[in-house]
Amino acid sequence: MREEIIIRVGAKFLAPFIIMFALYVHFHGDYSPGGGFQAGVILAAAFALLALVYGLEAVQKVLPLWFTRMCAALGVLIFAGVGVVTMLLGHNYLGYNALAPDPTHPEHGQHYGILLVELGVLVTVFGVMVTVFYHFAGRGRSDS
Amino acid sequence: MNIVVDIVLFTLLGAAGFALLKVRNLFAVVMLAGIYSLLSAGLFTVMDAVDVAFTEAAVGAGISTVLFLGALALAGHHENRPGHTPLLPLLVVVVTGGALVYGTMDMPGFGHPENPVHHHVADHYIEESYDEIGIPNVVTSVLASYRGYDTMGETTVVFAAAVGVMLLLSGARRPRSRGGGGGGTAGEGEDG
Amino acid sequence: MRLDLFVSHYNYWVVIFLMMVGFYILISRGNLIKKVVGLNVFQTAVFMLYISMGKITGGTPPILVDPKGGGEAAAEVMYSNPLPHVLILTAIVVGIATTSVGLALAVRIKEAYGTLEEDEISRIEAEREAAE
Repeated sequence: MREEIIIRVGAKFLAPFIIMFALYVHFHGDYSPGGGFQAGVILAAAFALLALVYGLEAVQKVLPLWFTRMCAALGVLIFAGVGVVTMLLGHNYLGYNALAPDPTHPEHGQHYGILLVELGVLVTVFGVMVTVFYHFAGRGRSDS
Repeated sequence: MNIVVDIVLFTLLGAAGFALLKVRNLFAVVMLAGIYSLLSAGLFTVMDAVDVAFTEAAVGAGISTVLFLGALALAGHHENRPGHTPLLPLLVVVVTGGALVYGTMDMPGFGHPENPVHHHVADHYIEESYDEIGIPNVVTSVLASYRGYDTMGETTVVFAAAVGVMLLLSGARRPRSRGGGGGGTAGEGEDG
Repeated sequence: MRLDLFVSHYNYWVVIFLMMVGFYILISRGNLIKKVVGLNVFQTAVFMLYISMGKITGGTPPILVDPKGGGEAAAEVMYSNPLPHVLILTAIVVGIATTSVGLALAVRIKEAYGTLEEDEISRIEAEREAAE
């Protein structure tokens, strides 16, 4: 697909919008459909599109495998870490009320908690999807 | 009107499912599976599950198709004609399906607000979640806060699946192909 | 009355039909990738069963309308059940993750045996055992 100019230009044009849309879906997930799971998948789809059109090597220069692997683990760490932090603050595991800056409004802590937890989900899902895609796409390479 | 869209989409889904069964070219099967996912995403929207529809469209019709194509590129796309008679599987399927249909006779009808499923914790989520969590999307507040443990478990499962794929696919290929390989074909697109 | 039953249970029946299509692909086809597709069809049918149960006729998606105002317009709104949505949303992502593990296994089996057909694999296995 290296010669197809419409696909190449189209992919280059679309990818930033897909990434932007993923971030919108993530951060607007409190008010509209969306959240970390969907955003992670959409973000991964942007890189899959680029890899399909420009080849795996080109994309792995921007987003190396070690980075996506790290993302996959980091997200779970963020999620579990939020739980540990709330526990250290004297609440239950994943009791986000502990995160409120103003103790008279404990429900504000829920916003922070949900934002952080969704970030963890986003990072993990993105990392996992891209890692899995890299492995499937990269395996045929060393063969031929 | 909703019910008409619902029935049409379900009928199309049935047709797509049947086509999946019949087609033996696996590339066509993967494309049909993508269509099946997209149709079911439409159906989820009709049934008010917008978050689910969003996920299904992104996952089922997007990433999953790409992964299937990647696997087909590695494993070949020809499916043999099934060697044995389809009678026994057909019997098993018909009996199981019949039992399940018999089971639905006791289920409450589709869409009644009095159904028991709507009166366990759902009322609490809808009525109290804005005061307790403070965000309008009830699905997000249930997902991330009320059922945070559940979501954490799911995230861990997704991570574990990635570890599994890494273990399975990152090793060297078959020893006999290792000698000839190693050169690497730079930038060959996954065009199937 | 019969038409009534048909309309109120049509969803469940088609879902069961799709489940059985997936199940049939799973048990009658020998190709491993086709089996994974069958498993996916089955899985999506189960998702649809859950979502069908959560739907309320005349309801809206569970995103609160005017949550702060609490006016009468907001009180009138009926929301579909958010709980199945949450369960299925996460299940979809887990489903694709497990599907990818299945595909990875299929790829490895293809590399080890040179085929994806179940009966050929068992034939190769039998030949290997006979050779030993």
